[in-house]
Amino acid sequence: MARNRLLTLGVALVLCMLGYMTLGAQGGWGFILPFRGAKLAALLLVSLAIPTSTVLFQTITQNRILTPAIMGFDALYVLVVTTLVFTLGGQEYVRLPAMGQFALHVILLMIASFLLFGTLLGQMRQDVVRMILTGIIFGVLFRSITSFLQRMIDPNEYAMIQVSSYARFSRIETELPLIGAALTAVSMIFAWRMRHRLDVLELGHDVAINLGETPRRITLQALVIVAALVSVSTALVGPIVFLGLLVVSLAHLLVPAARHAVLVPCSILICGITLVGGQAVLERVLGLSTPLSVVIDLLGGVVFLALLLRRMAK
Amino acid sequence: MARYFWALFSFGSLCLLSLMVGVIDLTADVKAWQVLVTSRLPRTIAVVITGAGLAICGAIMQMLVRNRFVEPMTAGTGQGTALGILLVTLFVPQASLFVKMALASVTALCTSIGFLAIVRRLPPTQPLLVPLVGIIYGGIIGAGVTFVAYQADLLQYLDVWMNGEFSGVLQGRYELLWIAAVVTTISYFAADQFAIVCMGRVASVNLGLNYERVVLIGLVVVSVVTSLTVVTVGMIPFIGLVVPNIVSRLYGDNLRATLPYIAIIGASFVLISDILGRVLHYPYEIPVGTVFGIIGTLVFLWLLYAPRRHGA
Repeated sequence: MARNRLLTLGVALVLCMLGYMTLGAQGGWGFILPFRGAKLAALLLVSLAIPTSTVLFQTITQNRILTPAIMGFDALYVLVVTTLVFTLGGQEYVRLPAMGQFALHVILLMIASFLLFGTLLGQMRQDVVRMILTGIIFGVLFRSITSFLQRMIDPNEYAMIQVSSYARFSRIETELPLIGAALTAVSMIFAWRMRHRLDVLELGHDVAINLGETPRRITLQALVIVAALVSVSTALVGPIVFLGLLVVSLAHLLVPAARHAVLVPCSILICGITLVGGQAVLERVLGLSTPLSVVIDLLGGVVFLALLLRRMAK
Repeated sequence: MARYFWALFSFGSLCLLSLMVGVIDLTADVKAWQVLVTSRLPRTIAVVITGAGLAICGAIMQMLVRNRFVEPMTAGTGQGTALGILLVTLFVPQASLFVKMALASVTALCTSIGFLAIVRRLPPTQPLLVPLVGIIYGGIIGAGVTFVAYQADLLQYLDVWMNGEFSGVLQGRYELLWIAAVVTTISYFAADQFAIVCMGRVASVNLGLNYERVVLIGLVVVSVVTSLTVVTVGMIPFIGLVVPNIVSRLYGDNLRATLPYIAIIGASFVLISDILGRVLHYPYEIPVGTVFGIIGTLVFLWLLYAPRRHGA
């Protein structure tokens, strides 16, 4: 059954991609295909990064409500970039090659997320309320420090940060996809190799130890992958709070009680359909100027609330 | 009593400090009095009313919803105000500020009632769901407002209300806040009723309370004060969340006894943030919402992780 559903989703995604590439096309294909192709590639990269990081994060925290975005990972990334520009100054920062800048962001984000979340995740099982609130509050704290630093920064240098501070899908950085693709590919390979260990971890802390798994080690490994993937998606399109939650909740509905080998591909496909299809409909069919991220936050929030209330009503 | 004195004393000093801080040097300028009356004094008053009002709104909301981790600015009331302002701007752009404020209060009340209706369907065994649902609910309304504002090209206009700051407060431009002050003061007389509501519907009815009416009064107070604040100075999240929790830790939960503390500490927090915002990047300003975002979240994390002393 799961296989059929994955196939259906795959076909739907291909249709969305076709629609995105061809709808409303005017002018030479020689221009349109590379132009739209680059944006499509970036959207697909994000569709790989966000669901995978969300599923990994939900497994290590044993919780289906928390996502990296809700816990403030995206905000932390923006804070890291802002702090870099603030401390180095715009001139120094620009002198770094794009590759070096991005590598620096990823490494700093990994260190920061290790310091912040590595210690917190250990306490997760004892007190979920406290953990969720801590995450949300961290998000607000990061955003506040970011906007505080942005006020102190020279307006010229501010333009550099602005790019990663706001979610957008229509105008995507063109240099980054290559570096981002490499990093995503490496992360996805590691995540794929971890899939059985993650299944074991999902059984619970004590069962995992009984089966010979070290929860602490796999948690930290997963955290590294999450940090790498969040860096890619935030650098490409900026922070989107509810996307991960939305697509993974839908995946749980479509393939209930699935293993990671099914759940992750399923959420990736749903995410691809949401982003590519949504962008195609919004841009080409409806002709709206509102960014897709706003619509996703709107729909994602409503879907999530409905899911939550329905589960509680049972 | 000594505690009360020190709270008032530090609050008074902060007010004085707030009057003294600014770009124009009061001792050097001959128009010192004019600066004081048209700018510094209104600003300080606005800060005090906002801080006290939002903190008390947070406390009342927490009583009505029976959960410690909610506050109007993050649970839909603030976003409801933004929705109201947006709708008025779109459909009746020539409306006066007072009409705008009244309509914004109505939408804020509607969104608060909606939040309460959702919360009542949540199981009481899951306290963490309430703030979570509140944040998502607020986020949905916020996203809806952003969506409409984007289409109507009003995003920048809306930004003024989304980020709270006091730099625009002058004599003649903050007086609506006095209504908030009056409403907040009146709510003090219903403190006992709110405390009873917090014990739940059955207990309240048993004690002879008109439960629905008190809840509605509470929601009206919260909506009016929140929307007045948003219309005049903009959204300042977290005061309503942090201050009642601190006061509850220090002085317990007898609302009638603690409401004055909540008001004073709330006002002091916003005063401190506003003074810092004026001093840190002198002569420019950093919005109070940003400064308090940092202070408030740090205090809240401390509250969350510092062990609670019992019997204090």
